[in-house]
Amino acid sequence: MISLNLIIAVCLAYVLLLFVIAALAERRAANGRLGWLRSPVVYTLSLSIYCTAWTFYGAVGYASRSGLEFATIYLGPTLVMVGWLWLLRKLVSIGRTQKITSIADLISSRYGKSNLLGVLVTLLAVVGTTPYIALQLQSVALSFAVFAPAASDTPAALDRTALIVAAGLTVFTILFGTRRLDANEQHHGVVMAIALEAVVKLVALLAVGVFVVWGVADGPADIFDRIEASPIAEWRVDTGRWVTLIFLAGAALICLPRMFQVMVVENSDERHLATASWAFPLYLFLMSLFVIPIAVVGMSTLPGENPDLYVLTLPLRLNAEWLALLSFLGGFSSATSMVIVAAIAVSTMVSNHIVMPIWLALRKDGAMMSGDVRDTVLMARRVSIGAVLLLGYLYFHLSGSGAALAAIGLISFAGVVQVLPALVGGLFWRGATRTGAAGGLVIGFAVWAYTLFLPSFGVSAVMPAEMLANGPFGLAALRPQALLGISGVDPLVHAVFWSMTLNTTVFVVLSLLSFPGPLERVQGAEFVNIFAHRSAAQGWSRSAAEAEDLLAMAQRIIGPAEAQTMFQRAAAEQGKGGYLPDTTPAFLERLERQLAGSVGAATAHAMVGQMTGETAVTVEDLMAVADETAQMMEYSNQLEAKSAELGRTARQLRDVNEKLTQLSIQKDSFLSQISHELRTPMTSIRAFSEILMEGGANESERRRFAHIIHDETIRLTRLLDDLLDLSVLENGQVTLNRAVVSLSEVIDRAIASTVPPGTERGFEIRRTPEAERLQVDTDPDRLAQVFINLISNARKYCAAPEPSLRIVVSDQGGAVTVDFIDNGHGIPASGQTMIFEKFARLTDQARAGGAGLGLAICREVMAKLGGAITYLPGQGGAAFRVTVPRAEARAA
Amino acid sequence: MTKKVLLIEDEPSIIQAISFILSRDGWTVDSHADGATAIEAVARKRPDVVVLDLMLPNRSGLDILTDLRANAETEALPVLMLTARGQKRDREMAERLGATLFMTKPFSNAEVLASVNALAGAA
Repeated sequence: MISLNLIIAVCLAYVLLLFVIAALAERRAANGRLGWLRSPVVYTLSLSIYCTAWTFYGAVGYASRSGLEFATIYLGPTLVMVGWLWLLRKLVSIGRTQKITSIADLISSRYGKSNLLGVLVTLLAVVGTTPYIALQLQSVALSFAVFAPAASDTPAALDRTALIVAAGLTVFTILFGTRRLDANEQHHGVVMAIALEAVVKLVALLAVGVFVVWGVADGPADIFDRIEASPIAEWRVDTGRWVTLIFLAGAALICLPRMFQVMVVENSDERHLATASWAFPLYLFLMSLFVIPIAVVGMSTLPGENPDLYVLTLPLRLNAEWLALLSFLGGFSSATSMVIVAAIAVSTMVSNHIVMPIWLALRKDGAMMSGDVRDTVLMARRVSIGAVLLLGYLYFHLSGSGAALAAIGLISFAGVVQVLPALVGGLFWRGATRTGAAGGLVIGFAVWAYTLFLPSFGVSAVMPAEMLANGPFGLAALRPQALLGISGVDPLVHAVFWSMTLNTTVFVVLSLLSFPGPLERVQGAEFVNIFAHRSAAQGWSRSAAEAEDLLAMAQRIIGPAEAQTMFQRAAAEQGKGGYLPDTTPAFLERLERQLAGSVGAATAHAMVGQMTGETAVTVEDLMAVADETAQMMEYSNQLEAKSAELGRTARQLRDVNEKLTQLSIQKDSFLSQISHELRTPMTSIRAFSEILMEGGANESERRRFAHIIHDETIRLTRLLDDLLDLSVLENGQVTLNRAVVSLSEVIDRAIASTVPPGTERGFEIRRTPEAERLQVDTDPDRLAQVFINLISNARKYCAAPEPSLRIVVSDQGGAVTVDFIDNGHGIPASGQTMIFEKFARLTDQARAGGAGLGLAICREVMAKLGGAITYLPGQGGAAFRVTVPRAEARAA
Repeated sequence: MTKKVLLIEDEPSIIQAISFILSRDGWTVDSHADGATAIEAVARKRPDVVVLDLMLPNRSGLDILTDLRANAETEALPVLMLTARGQKRDREMAERLGATLFMTKPFSNAEVLASVNALAGAA
């Protein structure tokens, strides 16, 4: 008989072996020599944590109680592995590219990094996992009890054993599960240890099976006979339960936190899935091969014993003690591997989605040292692991070792598969939204708790018997195990049906009704199209193509010449020719920095990451890109505004320049005119004075020439006077000597100075003496200057046989008009506005000493006097109207 | 036979001065003041030399010169151009259009006489 002490010693030795294996694997991994640590076999074996103590011991018990139904637990995963491999591949791909750390992280990421969803899934995982851990503790405690003296087989003793086991597992898990904080959350040591445990449990179960079939019975034929004779043969297939159980087991393979951990998080190569797709079902097949024989033999050999422990008790009772010891180790392995991985998975969720957010919220100051955070995260993990195992132990302690534990596995399955709609929907349906996922999860979780979990504690344990029988508040339609009056169905089928139906319905309906946010859209597309986002090519050829892609991108951003120079230089530094350097981290970093100068750091990072496929572009990256884009748009808007301003300034400058050019042209033509006006009289003066100096002319000629010289000199003088006068008037430096005078007085003076006494012949001037009495407040000299100009012009240019000039004064109210109208042929319409410009003589023939400045001067004078001078058309001859303000308008 | 000069000029005192100087030297001087009819005057008078003012009423001296050079009968006719504006641009333009000589007012009598005689000799 094997003593309890030996069992404990063997246990300790086995645990020590696991420690060593895990430590060695960790060391290899730390040195980068992953080698066989990353083999598909190890991956497949690690998946075997699906087979817990519940399957190791419980399958036989299950078969004893329910016949072949136990097989559904193996059929579900097999069907998923074979038929739904594409879903698993997608899951693993996303997990790797998005650096997913847990199933809660996956759901949260998919729906726009929603922490609410993370918390929901975490809670679901904790609630779903705790009973399962309790089950493992129970099975280990029970298996210990088998070897213990009869006296120790008490609830108290079991409880103590469970506590010790829980404590031991806590230590192991903390040691290997939180050794370091890795972005990938991969635990090579733990995986190696559970792979070993997978071998141990398979070998143990096969050994017991061989022992039973060939040792106890007389080979397969005998076994079949015994099966026929046993109650197992009479078990009938309950279609509803079968379908439900196969569905649950299959879904659990995807949704169980620990399965997600080994399948997705710990996955180091997606191709391992291909191996696992046939190797894992094979493993399950071998695990289930001897279940029925052991059950049949157990039932006939050990009637009255606990069928859940046949695997252990059969060899023990039949004195195959070492086989019993192996079997014990198999069960121990099953229990511990499950607990360790589940604790790691759940603690990761708890620390990431519950502890850390709270801790960060409590620490108001966002800035902290990275080491600080690492320590905090690790501590949170450790505490979480302890808490998860403590919860498991408490559950075991509270529920006792009652029959309730038997169904725990399935109840847990039903709980965690509530994640399925949100998970599968999120992977394949871009329309799935956060609201839909949260709604579905909550409703599914609630229905599961109401119809299955809470009633599972037994009548009156949590739910009052009254409520179970008649529904809450007597509402029969809401009876927990017969919703809407559907009774007579297996409680499990009932619960799974309702929870999944409502869950899926709410998920779909809310998703359709709500709209995903920007992050959700991006993540949704990223998840659903995960394969489209990655290049199929791998390895060396990919690296070259990558460099080419990067060059193409860089050329577009920083310009071909600069990009080529940069790539060429980088290639040269690596000792390569050409333009395509190896895409080493150093080079990528340099490229990123270079690009950041042009497009911003976030964009550069996202672009390089996207092209190399080294890092997935996270939502934060994309948001940073959007921020940068917004900033650039803002900057560009500013530039546009500036450019518009510059445009306006340029237009103004152009206008000014045009004006200056015009002024310059006017000045040139003015100077040219003045030159002409000065040179012409000088020519005459010079010519005639030379003639006079030569002395060749006779007396009358000499007199004529002297007269010409005299006249031309006067003409020159008048021109200079006019020019100076105009210059003064135009510069506005005129001082007006105002006085109140009658118009007649001014007109008299003007006539007198244009017609020297005694020379007035043949030029009649008619006036309006009555009207001329009007008084005006003006500068009399300046006004007279204007009148003189007009009268002398009429005298010079009026070509009528009997020239005459009418001077008509009329009162216009505020002003007086003085019209000068002669009887000549007037001024053609085309010249009527031109005549007031400088040097605007209409004919050169009739010049009589004028330089063409007269009317220009008149215009300036009248402007200064606050009046005006205009040509008055339609009067027969030339007619000018001078408007003089009477008194009030006093122009400066 | 005395040589004929046609003076196309609108300033009366200048006409008097140049007429006096040239006729004293034996030239037959005709004058014409209107730019518009200057070409007909040249055709009618058939002068040996033309003295042409640049600024004339109704038609510019440059236009008249262009017409003279375009006509086969007058294309070699010596033309002395006068201007009172004194701008370099005018001189260049006149020489390009075929003025034989160019003179800026005011000028010395001897200069005018020498120029007209030189033109007559060249012709």
